Amino acid sequence: MDKKTAWTKKDLLGLEYLSREEIELILYTAASFKEVTTRQIKKVPTLRGKTVVNLFYEPSTRTRTSFELAAKRLSADVINIEIETSSVKKGETLIDTGRNIEALKIDIIVVRHNCSGAPNILSRAVKARVINAGDGWHEHPTQALLDMFTLKSKLGRIEGLNVSIIGDIAHSRVARSNIWGLTKLGAKVTVCAPPVLIPVGIENMGVRVTSDIDEALGDADAINVLRMQFERDGLTAFPSKLEYFKQYGITNDRLKKCKKDIVVMHPGPINRGIEMSSEVADGKNSVILEQVTNGIAVRMAALYLVAYAKEAAK
Amino acid sequence: MVSRWHMKYLIKGGHVIDPANKIDGIFDILICDGKIEKIGKDLGIKRDEVIDAKGKIVAPGFVDMHVHLREPGREDEETVYSGTRAAIKGGFTTVACMPNTEPPTDNPAAANTLRAIIKKDAACNVVIVGTITELRQGLKLTEFLRMKEAGVTAFSDDGSSVDDWALLAGALSEAAAQGLVMIEHCEDKKLSAGGVMNAGFMATKMGLKGISGASEYERVQRNIDLARKKLSGIHIAHVSCKESVDLIRKAKRDGVKVTAETAPHYFALTEDCCAAYDTNTKMNPPLRSKEDVEAVKKGLADGTIDTIATDHAPHTDAEKDVEFDSAPFGIIGLETALSLAVTELVDKKVLSWSELIMKMSANPARILRIEKGALSAGSSADIVIIDPDKEYIYKKDSIGSKSKNSPFIDWKLKAKVTHVFMGGKPCLL
Repeated sequence: MDKKTAWTKKDLLGLEYLSREEIELILYTAASFKEVTTRQIKKVPTLRGKTVVNLFYEPSTRTRTSFELAAKRLSADVINIEIETSSVKKGETLIDTGRNIEALKIDIIVVRHNCSGAPNILSRAVKARVINAGDGWHEHPTQALLDMFTLKSKLGRIEGLNVSIIGDIAHSRVARSNIWGLTKLGAKVTVCAPPVLIPVGIENMGVRVTSDIDEALGDADAINVLRMQFERDGLTAFPSKLEYFKQYGITNDRLKKCKKDIVVMHPGPINRGIEMSSEVADGKNSVILEQVTNGIAVRMAALYLVAYAKEAAK
Repeated sequence: MVSRWHMKYLIKGGHVIDPANKIDGIFDILICDGKIEKIGKDLGIKRDEVIDAKGKIVAPGFVDMHVHLREPGREDEETVYSGTRAAIKGGFTTVACMPNTEPPTDNPAAANTLRAIIKKDAACNVVIVGTITELRQGLKLTEFLRMKEAGVTAFSDDGSSVDDWALLAGALSEAAAQGLVMIEHCEDKKLSAGGVMNAGFMATKMGLKGISGASEYERVQRNIDLARKKLSGIHIAHVSCKESVDLIRKAKRDGVKVTAETAPHYFALTEDCCAAYDTNTKMNPPLRSKEDVEAVKKGLADGTIDTIATDHAPHTDAEKDVEFDSAPFGIIGLETALSLAVTELVDKKVLSWSELIMKMSANPARILRIEKGALSAGSSADIVIIDPDKEYIYKKDSIGSKSKNSPFIDWKLKAKVTHVFMGGKPCLL
């Protein structure tokens, strides 16, 4: 990756809005921060004096912790705000909350929200930098970036890889961000799900669509297995967890028919015995814990780049 | 001193287009005592005031059969006072106000109360629409005839469809027997539940739940079937999708007494406009695909769609400045309808000026069974004068409506209303 691109965006809202060069710049920057996370003293002064607010409208341990650690390793001050009910119920709107937080003279808002597009709306209302930590079914850009970072470190490249995303595509922000990112970097992406969980027109995002798990696994260099959320709206049309596991669950038997070094990813948390068996989750092809580790480096890169964005002349 | 009411006005040299009376040419119009006295060439008689309409189009004041004035209950969004003034700015001299107020117009007393507010505050004619069912709950029909006596002109549960077939069949039987105007909002809420924009690739990309065309057109089909069976008329509100247009076209050919409206945003915007999660692109039915927009235009051109109604739906900034999922549906439309229609329909040769004016005046008046929408001698002088080529930027601070929820703010628009006569009185714009 070359580093000629300068980061000019105030916000990181989604991979749909980034160019290939910008995505590569984040991955390149993450590689140097990865090195920091392996040191004895895992801290650099890059964001000293900056304040990062994690504004989470949805429960999340993993992403919030990862962002918090990333900010701390860059020496930023971190505040966590968790709002359980939606803004409407609480009586303060997202925009008002954002402006109030900004009035505390903070620099970056990392926002997780159950409504798609909430970070887009927030970013227009505040001058602070906004990083999307997952919004509704829309995007989860840092998750896709850490998936790509992990893939690249495992297989040496992204261009030309066959990557299959398996699971609830319809309700997955991880799927959408991965599709944007992977296709921009030249991977061939297949999405695989029961027909009811394949959203209308997804093929227009440049992916192959199938409901046949063998087709999705056949030529795959890597698979990204999504968490099945049976409690979520829209899944009433699928009969049961067991039925899902039988048809789409990733097992050792299924892996045996795949490329030997197939990379198995999962954004977590895993439902063992639903989308994949424990043997696969803990097996030699699994990079699930490496993804978690890489998440910190990728989020350090995202925080660093938006914090020092050279905004393009308007 | 002579009051303005009794002054004579001469609108001179304008291009008068009055489709109902088959007038389309350069004429003068003489207004006296609130009424149109005469239309003719070179009316050089003694008069009080001349309005030079050279280069302008002079037409019957527009009739908008689908407006939310929000009063009573949501006076923070709009009132009869503010909404009717917004209507005048847009060239409308008659608006039909939908009954989904708080409380709804679902009984004679509510209609009387509203009538009193209208008498006190309205700047234009207001036609009262009452509900079809009590509280718009779809469970029990309202007292159509007593409400009619209290001044209700048409009936609709707008915002909701009457889910119960038998109940709507009853309402249509009554409508056929008593000559009532029934307007249906076509939406199967089981199909549209949770949806916030058109179901399709844009919704997929944006991660938003879709509202399929089926939720609309299946109800259109049902309503056509019931109207056919009950020999009743039925008016289909805010048609947005291709299948609805096709069904209505076929029903009209079969002789079913169905009429239909669409709103300017259904021919001026597509679902692509939602991309930035601007909640002023959220309406119900939602903005549809390019194919749907083309079908709506075709429906307007071939007469399938009778009228352009704005579905003027005011919401405050505070209500709209939220997440796309949380925002209320709807946009204001009274002040932009004409310009959008001229840009999208007249300039693009979908409709002639005369056809457009017909769809904004004579046709809705005919559907509502009111004596409006024509420049007949002796009729109330409700007249709009338009500068057809005037270009302007639609600015937020120019909006007359109390709410500013428009996706067209800062758009460059064309064709501007320059004068409105309401009951023979010139209105300040």
